[in-house]
Amino acid sequence: MSGFISVRNVYFKYDENENGAEQGFALNGVDLEIKKGEFAAVVGHNGSGKSTLAKHFNSIYLPTTGDVIVDGMNTKDDDSLFDIRKKVGLVLQNPDNQIVAGIVEEDVAFGCENLGVPPKEIRKRVDEALKAVDMYEYRRHSPDKLSGGQKQRIAIAGILAMEPECIVLDEPTAMLDPRGREEVIDAVTKLNKERGMTVILITHYMEEAVLADRVIMIDSGKVFLDGTPREVFSKVELLKQHRLDVPQAAELNYKLRSCGLDLPECVLDENECAEALMKLLGSR
Amino acid sequence: MSVIKVEELKLIYGAGTPFQKTAIDGVSFEIEQGEFLGIIGHTGSGKSTLVQLLNGLLRPTEGKICLNGKDIWEKPKKIREVRFKVGMVFQYPEYQLFEETVYKDIAFGPKNMGLSDEEIDERVRKAASFTGLGDEYLQRSPFDLSGGEKRRAAIAGVVSMDPDVLILDEPTAGLDPLGRDALLSQIKTYHDVRKNTVILVSHSMEDIARITDRILVMNKGRKVMLDTAANVFSRGEELEKIGLRVPQITKIMMLLRQKGIPVDTSVLTVEQGFNEILSLARSSV
Amino acid sequence: MVRDVTLGQFMPGQSVVHKLDARTKLILLIAIIVFIFAATNYMSLLLITLASLLVVLLTRISFKMYLKSMKVILMVVLFTGIINLFYGSGEVLWEWQFIKITEGGINNAVFVTIRIATLVIISSVLTFTTSPSDLTDGLERLMKPLTVFHVKVHEIAMMMTIALRFIPVLLEETDKIMNAQKARGADMESGGIIKRVKALIPVLIPLFVSSFRRANDLAMAMECRCYNGGRGRTRMKVLRFSLNDLWALIYVLIIFAGVILCNIYFPATIR
Repeated sequence: MSGFISVRNVYFKYDENENGAEQGFALNGVDLEIKKGEFAAVVGHNGSGKSTLAKHFNSIYLPTTGDVIVDGMNTKDDDSLFDIRKKVGLVLQNPDNQIVAGIVEEDVAFGCENLGVPPKEIRKRVDEALKAVDMYEYRRHSPDKLSGGQKQRIAIAGILAMEPECIVLDEPTAMLDPRGREEVIDAVTKLNKERGMTVILITHYMEEAVLADRVIMIDSGKVFLDGTPREVFSKVELLKQHRLDVPQAAELNYKLRSCGLDLPECVLDENECAEALMKLLGSR
Repeated sequence: MSVIKVEELKLIYGAGTPFQKTAIDGVSFEIEQGEFLGIIGHTGSGKSTLVQLLNGLLRPTEGKICLNGKDIWEKPKKIREVRFKVGMVFQYPEYQLFEETVYKDIAFGPKNMGLSDEEIDERVRKAASFTGLGDEYLQRSPFDLSGGEKRRAAIAGVVSMDPDVLILDEPTAGLDPLGRDALLSQIKTYHDVRKNTVILVSHSMEDIARITDRILVMNKGRKVMLDTAANVFSRGEELEKIGLRVPQITKIMMLLRQKGIPVDTSVLTVEQGFNEILSLARSSV
Repeated sequence: MVRDVTLGQFMPGQSVVHKLDARTKLILLIAIIVFIFAATNYMSLLLITLASLLVVLLTRISFKMYLKSMKVILMVVLFTGIINLFYGSGEVLWEWQFIKITEGGINNAVFVTIRIATLVIISSVLTFTTSPSDLTDGLERLMKPLTVFHVKVHEIAMMMTIALRFIPVLLEETDKIMNAQKARGADMESGGIIKRVKALIPVLIPLFVSSFRRANDLAMAMECRCYNGGRGRTRMKVLRFSLNDLWALIYVLIIFAGVILCNIYFPATIR
């Protein structure tokens, strides 16, 4: 069975006149299947093509060659444009630039209004979406006075209110402080775990990627690694070659293990690491 | 001698109105010439306000800031001189680029200082090379550069003023690991070569732990700690209480310590942690 | 700082005035503005001013906020007041060379100042009690008939919404860029007019660049949320006239009658 979203041999080149400079392919033959209900993290350094890929999932960009199929619909098909965007919502990096209205709840309603949802139904969806990201009490506030993390959660609520089946987040935490990052990631994880929403999280923070079911590593517009966080983060050397960070816990574990200490193949966070080290040191 | 001395600094916004807010609340400290100071604190802790006070962009309500022993607000008309001596790189500095060429943009500060053309030329080239921008970049438009290159150009625009104290507010925000590491090591090199004072404001504990000598911890407009990195991070629980996260490696050591394993909790880098655990594991065999 | 501007800022609340339909408020505001200019003597003007102050009380927003919004255009008020001081006829009270202040001039100055102050306060009532989107929504609906003449009513309303949303963002950004350039020694406080205009270039260019970037992002975000112009669009809030709107209308009609009566029975103050 094919996935909810399938990316088939996609190549993508930006218009040359857009930046003036000569450019190669931003995506260089990507093949990917995203299943329903999955929480996938896409990692890669700046310019690796990860953001370009994110914008293919809801037909903001169209492949130069190859196809992206969302729930049976080709993103190149003009007639299904709105159906695709209704199913796959995209949250962008800069929280300030994606809020349209001057009042939180009115902004969250924006997508539903465009879809022509009846007013009563919009009200219900907006309240629900705001509660899902824990921003209900701010519904009458102006977005200017909120923190980055709060604004980003409002952007997420704006997508949620459209009741999509999948939410794609393009580096939603890159411009936030640690607290804001935590708020946003908590909200996203909750959506996946409690509502079974398909989540594709584009990020360069490995502590965030660790929380996903699946980590997809991209470099030079190609998928290099694709597996569970445990599989991916055990390949410390390979990740470093591709100019990526490894969580400090995983790195420490890897280094000690290479020295012949009896440790698991991979640990993902500080608790796992401390536990493994306890076992090792305590048993001696 | 201390290059910056801050005494009982206080900044109150909108004093006397119902919106009165104390942004900085009685902060005192000294920074030695040539020191590399890190300032941490979460958003709203006053850290960004504090550095804007240091270079005279904001004027304190109470207290004194001395630069090389002289009160910077002694002659308010001369405050521009202070801004040349205390160079300030703001968050996302690439958004301040405006000239036609990178060269002209880096020259903006020195030009405002009224330097001669030769001197400006020398400074621009030096500053550009410090931030890793070769001569081939200088005649390009700053708007054609990549995100990371723009940021370097913007930082060079402050370095070119050759300030006694260089302040960088979140210089690595939004960069990927590669860009972040490259920029931090360039800042470190700058510090090592120029032997000038550098102040790095960040909420990334990992970054700060790696390169600074001492760390100033801010919370709610107050100074909470000012100590060496090792000493600050050994007080991990206190840091967590004020909403700061310690580096993961330090956290691992803290967890081990809690479980009764005698490890040093002032570990800052993976390398140190690795050595610590390794020696412990080997010695207990 | 530029950020402290209160003129035209929505303050959420639950007062009677807040709950009025945006269309009612817009129409009544226009009506009151007309009355303000139709008032020819102190009695009628005072009537409108007092009636406006009553509305201010009903909004349950601190009077300080209104004063703050007045502060922003204080210069305009003072300027028009002073200009009026020198125009006018009647008994000369003070004279210096060709400048003379007459009784009529003082009358004019006081009258015009009260007039503008009332204007600002009653306009602030609208912007303080109506959310930006209700406001644009109300305008959109009031202007709907104009679509017959190919006026792009929805587009205009959308532009207003976005402008209102981004004005504070851009003000804050201006502040930041100014600080950054000041830190590089830019001098924006001294020199003649040409020097000052030149000093703005390092602020304006980055501001333009960032506005374009924001516009780009916003367009993409709107596309992601299926924006497709006004076609087939619904609104979360349905504007509906209620009994309150009727009362408001009656209130304004009473003021109207009062102004006419005062205009007839009392002598005109300004000509």
